[in-house]
Amino acid sequence: MNWNINDFYIIIVGVLCAMACALPGAFLLLRRMSMMGDALSHAVLPGLAVAFLISGSRASSTMFIGAAVAGVFTALFTQWVVRFGKVERSAAMGVVFTTLFAIGLLIIEKGANQVDLDARCVLYGALEYTPLELVQLFETSNYLVQIPKAAVVVGATFLLNGLLVALFFKEFTLSSFDPNLAQTQGFHPQVIHYLLMVMVATTTVAAFEAVGSIIVIAMLIVPPSTAFLLAHRLGPFLFLSLLFAALAAILGHLASQSITLFFGLPETSSSGMMATMAGLLFLFVWLFGPSGLTRDQKAKLLRSEDPPALS
Amino acid sequence: MIDGLTDTLLLKPYNTRIVVLGVMMLGAASGLIGSFLLLRKQSLLGDALSHATLPGLGLAFAAMSSLGLDGQYLPGLLLGAATTGVLGVLFVLAIGRTTKLKDDAAMGIVLSVFFGIGIVILRMIQNIPGQTSAGLESFIYGKTASMITSDFVLIAITLSLCLLVTFLARKELVLLCFDPSLAATQGWPVLFLDLLLMALVATVTVVGLQAVGLILIIAFLIIPATAARFWTNNLRHLLWLATFIGAVSGWLGASLSAVFANFPAGAVIVIAAASFFLMSMLFGKARGVIPRFLRQRDLRRKVGRQHLLRSTYEILEKSQKERPLKNLSISLHLLQKHRFWGKGELAKLIRQARIEDHLERQPSGELRLSESGFGEASRITRNHRLWEMYLIKHADIAPSHVDRDADLVEHLLGAEIVHQLEAELALTQATIESPHDIQAEATPS
Repeated sequence: MNWNINDFYIIIVGVLCAMACALPGAFLLLRRMSMMGDALSHAVLPGLAVAFLISGSRASSTMFIGAAVAGVFTALFTQWVVRFGKVERSAAMGVVFTTLFAIGLLIIEKGANQVDLDARCVLYGALEYTPLELVQLFETSNYLVQIPKAAVVVGATFLLNGLLVALFFKEFTLSSFDPNLAQTQGFHPQVIHYLLMVMVATTTVAAFEAVGSIIVIAMLIVPPSTAFLLAHRLGPFLFLSLLFAALAAILGHLASQSITLFFGLPETSSSGMMATMAGLLFLFVWLFGPSGLTRDQKAKLLRSEDPPALS
Repeated sequence: MIDGLTDTLLLKPYNTRIVVLGVMMLGAASGLIGSFLLLRKQSLLGDALSHATLPGLGLAFAAMSSLGLDGQYLPGLLLGAATTGVLGVLFVLAIGRTTKLKDDAAMGIVLSVFFGIGIVILRMIQNIPGQTSAGLESFIYGKTASMITSDFVLIAITLSLCLLVTFLARKELVLLCFDPSLAATQGWPVLFLDLLLMALVATVTVVGLQAVGLILIIAFLIIPATAARFWTNNLRHLLWLATFIGAVSGWLGASLSAVFANFPAGAVIVIAAASFFLMSMLFGKARGVIPRFLRQRDLRRKVGRQHLLRSTYEILEKSQKERPLKNLSISLHLLQKHRFWGKGELAKLIRQARIEDHLERQPSGELRLSESGFGEASRITRNHRLWEMYLIKHADIAPSHVDRDADLVEHLLGAEIVHQLEAELALTQATIESPHDIQAEATPS
């Protein structure tokens, strides 16, 4: 296995990315909106396309704005369909994000080759190419310290997410657990809702170029879910989400470099492996954790459904 | 271009015919199955399932290639896709049932992890020298425009299968959708029915996936059913309608995409379906935005009218000691005080009542009930009092409190219920005295 500085770069970007996603993802989980991550990652496409058409550039900041706007619209349209159409939430999400994605595809195709957005790149990402685009961090007398541009972008996103969560911790917490109480207390749950959507949308875009949309969705949902099985309080829950996310990223890259050797192949997709590792961690905790399946709970599998919650 | 359009719509060219009819049938099948998903609140299962098919595709391809067969042999690929797809769905169900995690998280986990595994496998395949796996990507983007006869036949078989199973198991599936607990206690194998439904979803998804791509099949499973829901509250009608809307969206979308050939077909079809959705959401008779608004407005008016007539009658009662009641005119001012209407509100209600010939304006400026109005007013008041008596006798509500409650319910009392009340209370005389003092009441909003 060839191990060099590039691998470190990849792991750094992967870890930052994973943690950046796990944070909003944790709150999405608490609000039972995990699939919103999937929806948003598809629905940002028209935002990106329009941003590109208007600005003519693929600069990160433009893309972020496009993504943020698309995120807000997605959340808005979904709310409208749920409220005015009295449609069930997941169906409403499905209608909105598929339509927006289709519109995005149309804009991209119509702009013919004006829009240099490779859908494939958006989907899979190109984590392996991260080291190719380096950005100068600082210079000392002997060394030129460079880090991948992707790391800067994703790192900034992670810090921003962390900052927002820290600043609005009370609001996020209360509105996730008890939206009605939050409303009566004067916090604005709607604002928090849209803020969360924007966070997810921008994180999605930040991560797209580095790792592709798949790992974004994986990291939004799987590490927090794993943490959910273990933690009973919010603090540990958030901490474990970040931990599992980072772990999945590290193990993922290690695995992508080593496992394929069994098959006589040089390597495979790092981001795919990261998602896989996240899944394996979840599987492990699901089966062997404190309330795991291997403990007395085989009967759980055949238990009938819980009574539907009053909504 | 116009010639091209008519030719397309009439399905003249063979290829167009195949594509349009194929997409139509796919839309129909998805609409049908999607209805069940909608009712079970599992609309995004198609999303999860279609992402979960990727590893199966890769594994099937790898397996077939290593055995020396053609790696792109479609039935083999479909089998692989369906296997991991169904496996994924089973995981979703298992996670939902054995942990505190809810459906949405379970779907998300399966969706992303399986897809990640799929990408790992695909990349490994791509790195094997001598293998062409380019066609596998058509599963994500679809190859709608290049649909061939075998795809068409496959879709036709799928549609027939869906129709057949739905027809045979319609009662069981309906029960499963509405009351799984009841179904279980009645002895129906709920798990089996669940799996049956999942199998249908998997079939439609996998067949659709390779024909029209990921986004379109997800959209097809969700949009037509959701659109149909606005038009009816009856399950059987919903199924038919969803099938129909799916078919029509498919027809329109595919035809349009044939004409505007430089646009991605899947996207055009989704937009076509979405337009039907939008129209349904606005105009759908049962639950559409506009019909609901109109219904509520009509109800508000009816309620207002009845309150007006009853108030008039009560004022007459108060001002006369002798019975039977004489239909005299009353002043506007008295009416206004009776119920704290706003001036404009009252004026509107009076105008309405005059249009309906229930109320007349005298030369003196006072108001008087017409003959029909008087009859209507006395009937309404009687119903109100019946309900008040019922509340007093059977719900133990104090006489001074029943007025407000009766106010809310009385507008919904049909003739049948009135008869039941009369029998219950043994009150069949033409007029009933009020059980409480009549004073000025605030209008319940």
